[in-house]
Amino acid sequence: MSDESTPLYNVLAAAIRAEEPVALATVIEGPNTGAKLLVTPDDDSMGTLGTAGLDRVVERDVLGELASGRSGIRHYGENGEAREEAVSVFIESFAAPPQMLIFGAVDFTAALGRVAKILGYRVTVCDARPIFATKQRFPMADQVVVDWPNRLLEDVGESLGPRDAVCVLTHDNKFDVPAITHALDTEVGYIGVMGSRKTHDNRSKRLREAGVDDAGFERLRSPIGLDLGARTPEETAISICAEIIALRTGRTAPRPLRDTDGAIHQE
Amino acid sequence: MRELLNDLDRWQKKGKKIAVARVIDLEGSGPRLPGAAMAVNEDGEVVGSVSGGCVEGAVVVEALEVIETGERRTVTFGYSDDEAFAVGLTCGGTIHLFLEPLDW
Repeated sequence: MSDESTPLYNVLAAAIRAEEPVALATVIEGPNTGAKLLVTPDDDSMGTLGTAGLDRVVERDVLGELASGRSGIRHYGENGEAREEAVSVFIESFAAPPQMLIFGAVDFTAALGRVAKILGYRVTVCDARPIFATKQRFPMADQVVVDWPNRLLEDVGESLGPRDAVCVLTHDNKFDVPAITHALDTEVGYIGVMGSRKTHDNRSKRLREAGVDDAGFERLRSPIGLDLGARTPEETAISICAEIIALRTGRTAPRPLRDTDGAIHQE
Repeated sequence: MRELLNDLDRWQKKGKKIAVARVIDLEGSGPRLPGAAMAVNEDGEVVGSVSGGCVEGAVVVEALEVIETGERRTVTFGYSDDEAFAVGLTCGGTIHLFLEPLDW
């Protein structure tokens, strides 16, 4: 039951809950302060910022911001004119959550799935073995798929982008090699592959034979995770997610904050 | 906003008046990015956060005024060291918040 006095909020809340991309533009300064335009990529916008011209220009800008998940203030003339500052609009993007695909249904998968959920990922667990890939074993997963990783990637690979992650935890060449080569064919931002140094060396040889070039190897995080000295599945999950964050922010060294200087919160 | 939805719905069902504060801009160092939000109801209940806990108390006071007057406002919090007891961010940044009633 939604409140009839808040029609825009109701649509916004429903879209956020359904994990559909949506953005809210609010006039924070100028005529009609508080006026709003709710924008989604597929449906007509709701509300108005005051003038049709302003609505049209802001809608266009909002769709661009939403695609990259950015939020911030923009300035316009009263009718949407560029290089004027009569109206300040705060654009808030609610992008769909990033995806994490985890290949291999092992204990490390359950721990990684839990940490990934805390970080806001939509988690898919995939393993070709039906007795291991079950919803009971991975209740935190949004989706559990019984299939070969490369087949899942053929289905969903096009939807993967820079914010998404593929984690290959099988450490079995028969699954790993096709999973990795297919992941490299996507735009996914992070590809991490689990295994000991020995497994890694052996797998690298197989990947080379499968045609992976230097640029491909440069994209692979193998062995997966930061050098935190993690032992348990839970600690390993933290080291993997920490690596994903560091890759996104461009920080390379997993050094303690105590031993570094510079801003703790990077802009 | 995402993490506020369940509480906002619950408050709405009880007919509570609500104000929402959102981070709209950040200069220098600051813990929360634009979009971080907190909400306050007429009874002074609070959900969410807009900083690392530095300015939330002051935001509640502002939010209760917004509920009372129904008027939207922009509020800025800066570095707190120059005035020992003023509310501000100890990390040296400045945050700008937009507060408004949930009436849209």
